[in-house]
Amino acid sequence: MTTWHVVLLASILCFGLKTLGYLVPASLLERPTPARMVDLLTVALLAALISLQTFAHGQELTLDARVPAVIVAAVMFALRVPFIVVVVSAAVVAAGIRALT
Amino acid sequence: MKIRSAEDTRAIRAALAVGLPTAAYGISFGALATLGAGLDLWQTMVLSLVMFTGGSQFALVGVLASGGLSAWPSAVASAVLLGSRNAVYAIRMSPVIGRGFARRAVAAHLTIDESTAVSTAQGSLRSQRIGFWVTGLVVYVGWNLTTFIGAVIGDLLGDVSAYGLDAAAAAAFLGLLWPRLATLQAQAVAVAAGFVAALLTPALMPGLPVLVAALVAVIFGATNWLGSSRRSPRASSEGTS
Repeated sequence: MTTWHVVLLASILCFGLKTLGYLVPASLLERPTPARMVDLLTVALLAALISLQTFAHGQELTLDARVPAVIVAAVMFALRVPFIVVVVSAAVVAAGIRALT
Repeated sequence: MKIRSAEDTRAIRAALAVGLPTAAYGISFGALATLGAGLDLWQTMVLSLVMFTGGSQFALVGVLASGGLSAWPSAVASAVLLGSRNAVYAIRMSPVIGRGFARRAVAAHLTIDESTAVSTAQGSLRSQRIGFWVTGLVVYVGWNLTTFIGAVIGDLLGDVSAYGLDAAAAAAFLGLLWPRLATLQAQAVAVAAGFVAALLTPALMPGLPVLVAALVAVIFGATNWLGSSRRSPRASSEGTS
């Protein structure tokens, strides 16, 4: 596998998933259990990514400038600050801590 | 000539409010893809032009950055699993888009978090369509422009983490998760999945912790543990529309 193979394979699969949804009868996911699984799957995936993006460094767990930045972001989201302002603020907090330490 | 109604204007405003900031975030994707994962400009652009689903793009690049090319099965699996929600959005959008092969093919490509979210928040079928197409096109054009900029000037920026872009990515995911945490069940799944992913990181190859964390959702979803006995608010609101 070259990087190109990986890029093309993943891109085609992700595009295929979108197309697939337009071919599926809508009644399938209206049943409570599949609908609930799909909702919770998004929650679980996002939470796992946040966790890794905050604590993982390769295969090690670390506590660094990302942790206070994500805490600041959580407080700002709770205060209903707009998305892009929060994202930029998180970057500024992490960059600031790294510049000072 | 049809005069634009207040409802149309609301849909367009929502589309721009969601679409423009999301598109701007492509800069950090371009920079992370080239500097973090070592992709070249064209590989980075193919991801934004063809894959075009931010979460999957970041997942693919993130796993390659931490695990190298040998971690490709996990990288592809993470991207696909994360992109699987678009299939669900597509099912939701299918009746809104209407008939016609070409129209549905283009709509499929633009079916992402933002276009679906803006569309489903609108009242009439007409404004749902406006919300979908305006958001989808704004994000598509903007995201690809900013990906290009990020990939090109990323070389000039040096170490990405010095600019806090890794923290920005975490914050962006948190922003997508935040509105989904209304129920106790969702909160429990989020906390459990976050712990599972972190605890498994030293033990499993990169990418796999995310997939195992996804099982948390399947278990909670199948058993409805901590869930209400009524249908979820989303499901019931869909029922009335």
